[in-house]
Amino acid sequence: MAETRPVVSEPVEAWITGIGIVSSLGEGPDAHWDALNAKRVNVDETAFAPYVVHPLVPVSYDAQIPKKGDQRQMEAWQRIGTYAAGLALDSAGVKGNKDILSKMDMIVAAGGGERDLNVDSSILNSEAHGDATPGYLNEKLLNDLRPTLFLAQLSNLLAGNIAIVHGVTGSSRTFMGEEAAGVDAVRIALARIADGQSDIALVGAGHNGERKDMMLLYEFDNFNLRDKYSSVWDRKDKSGFALGSGGAFLVIESKAHAEARGAKPFARLKTVVADRAKRKDGGEVTASLDNLWGKVGAGDANTAIITGATGAEPATSEELSFLKKHADVPVRATGSSFGHAVETQFPLGIGLAALSLSRGALYATNDSTGTEIEMSKAPAQIVVIGTGHWRGEGMALVESI
Amino acid sequence: MSATRDKFGRPIVVVTGMGVATSLGAGKEDNWKKLTAGESGIRTITRFPIDGMKTTMAGTVDFVKVDPFSSTDLGEKLGEMVAEEAIAQAGIGAKGDFPGPLFLAVAPVEVEWPQRQALAKAAGANTDINYDTLLRTAGSGGFTEYHRRFLFGSVADSLADTFGTKGSPISLSTACASGATAIQLGVEAIRRGEADAALCVGTDGSVNPEALIRFSLLSALSTNNETPSKASRPFAKNREGFVMAEGAGALVLESLESAKARGAKILGIVAGCGELADNFHRTRSSPDGKPIIGCVKNGLIDAGMTVDQIDYINAHGTGTPENDKMEYLGISTVFGELTKTVPVSSNKSMVGHTLSAAGAVEAVFSLLTLEHQRIPPTINYDVPDPAIPFDVVPNTARDARVTAVMSNSFGFGGQNASLILTGEPV
Repeated sequence: MAETRPVVSEPVEAWITGIGIVSSLGEGPDAHWDALNAKRVNVDETAFAPYVVHPLVPVSYDAQIPKKGDQRQMEAWQRIGTYAAGLALDSAGVKGNKDILSKMDMIVAAGGGERDLNVDSSILNSEAHGDATPGYLNEKLLNDLRPTLFLAQLSNLLAGNIAIVHGVTGSSRTFMGEEAAGVDAVRIALARIADGQSDIALVGAGHNGERKDMMLLYEFDNFNLRDKYSSVWDRKDKSGFALGSGGAFLVIESKAHAEARGAKPFARLKTVVADRAKRKDGGEVTASLDNLWGKVGAGDANTAIITGATGAEPATSEELSFLKKHADVPVRATGSSFGHAVETQFPLGIGLAALSLSRGALYATNDSTGTEIEMSKAPAQIVVIGTGHWRGEGMALVESI
Repeated sequence: MSATRDKFGRPIVVVTGMGVATSLGAGKEDNWKKLTAGESGIRTITRFPIDGMKTTMAGTVDFVKVDPFSSTDLGEKLGEMVAEEAIAQAGIGAKGDFPGPLFLAVAPVEVEWPQRQALAKAAGANTDINYDTLLRTAGSGGFTEYHRRFLFGSVADSLADTFGTKGSPISLSTACASGATAIQLGVEAIRRGEADAALCVGTDGSVNPEALIRFSLLSALSTNNETPSKASRPFAKNREGFVMAEGAGALVLESLESAKARGAKILGIVAGCGELADNFHRTRSSPDGKPIIGCVKNGLIDAGMTVDQIDYINAHGTGTPENDKMEYLGISTVFGELTKTVPVSSNKSMVGHTLSAAGAVEAVFSLLTLEHQRIPPTINYDVPDPAIPFDVVPNTARDARVTAVMSNSFGFGGQNASLILTGEPV
């Protein structure tokens, strides 16, 4: 943003012109389209047993992060995110375009903090066995922590790495706060474009689900899916989510900016809305989604829903109550196909919605309970839902062009 | 252009409430008195054993008790204190019913050592402790509260409940620029007409052993432990690192129109916000200073102002050799000849570096500078650095006519943010 923009009277139309996805199902639009239509699920029930995870496919990071030195400065979640961001920039045709990248806004939704599990375990062991003096923790941390690990732990360093590796420097903002951070990242990026304050934005997240330190956070309240995979609609007996590894980034830009550079849109990003039910009483999530549905401006006709429903309770049952009010609208749950990638789930859903709209079809169902129904005609619009496992509800309306 | 819109036709964004807490104390009054008296809040750490530490002092907030300690709990308590002070001053909404969104600058959250140790203890002394043991113990119940506590959104969640802010609260990190970014997000929401009011908070309670060691390992901290009050030396030739500190700052922002309509007292204007990312290095600024220069310029452009209208610069001024040098390069490039005369002081010489909170804390101090027409000093300025010939308002506060302040924040990961605060609409 080098100049102060005039106030706009009508919201500026925003297009999704770049999609970058890497996940347990592969990388890029074609691989994902094929995998989803083949109802493929890549799940590992043994590596982190009893917890189920959707592991990242093998990725050749060199393709998007050419310098080994850069790769070494990152932990997995940052590498995944930086890789997906590169895919999105490629997809939009702006990779290496310094003029555009230097003005491009960036909003990243991030967790953080991959820990050195061996250092933690070693300290806790010594302490538990009475071998620790008062200064023991300090001494161990001073000697054993890698200096560069801190930079791999800082939430805003995914954005920092994207700036360094891909040269996106217009602005850099990092939102934290699990699923809601992913919703708000897209919401604010769109709001800035719609208001004429920004022409083009890179927005998204990266998540490493193959991390015991992150599982620990969710295990405190038994949110991790155990033992055996089932679709998110089929977890009545054992609720929870299987963490999924993946990154999803989008390039969103004003229609005028896209047209001026001859970029083709996947879809139009019409609206993003978010709220936070207190969730003290039953039914508040359902009510919040009802309210957002009104605000997002969708109708039931020619519409599909792609939801990031986690499988956690009571949120998922409450979301089902909402979905039942729109029983004719075909639904897809990204949690069944990709696992739960937390901050990444909402940008992932928008990427899949844009991809579906650009291909004139919704991809196949992946569910044994009958919650998901096939869609034979082309969707005109897709509503993306992000209901946090604990807090936060969001919705986006993506339209075909 | 009506009287409630700026020269670009955007709603003018005003400040109607402020709250602050630092190692100097709680509240605006106490902080301002001590800040303008040149007092230091830096002291030897007593919260945890400092055996073997290279740095043993910090600007801890010790008057707020948290037991068992976690930085997230302290950050939350500090955030509550300053938000309460700001909302009370603004007199806006009703108790627990703030009529706008929350933007919270907060340190990244993770499970901390006291909690990890409690978990290991519960696993049993005869067990080999590793993450599988911890996971088993965590899953056995009894630690449910740790899930709520250590979600990244947990502090915002709690503040949203306490103050009844509206919509989805945004927790953000732009490292040491976070506080300024929180204010920028609030300004943008009001300018877009999404909200008439916003609660912008920056908070940080990060002084724990691992955080201190992490910064130590990056050689970022001052090790001048003998006299803690003299350790933070922004812009001085004998500066050798920043001093970690805790604190929080809050602003209630409103559209001028809405503030006028309810007869609120206007404490200042957020006239402009600038940002620009640096992709030179993860912890260092681009040697040509271009990102800082661009960020500062963006702030001025956004405010529709020129350098001659800035009467005072509230510097990032961390006291690291690198930051202060780069800050001089950036400011002097933009301000040219005026660099010799515009006062530039660093609050961090007294309160230390409050990290995620710094941008918000320093915005409050900048607004208090406008209110009191008095510039807080840069203390511990005993050995001037000839390479940084700023007027740093050395060691003693100074009365001055101040109508516009620039407050700068720079952070790891190439984060740069700049705010322009004025007494009257420009």
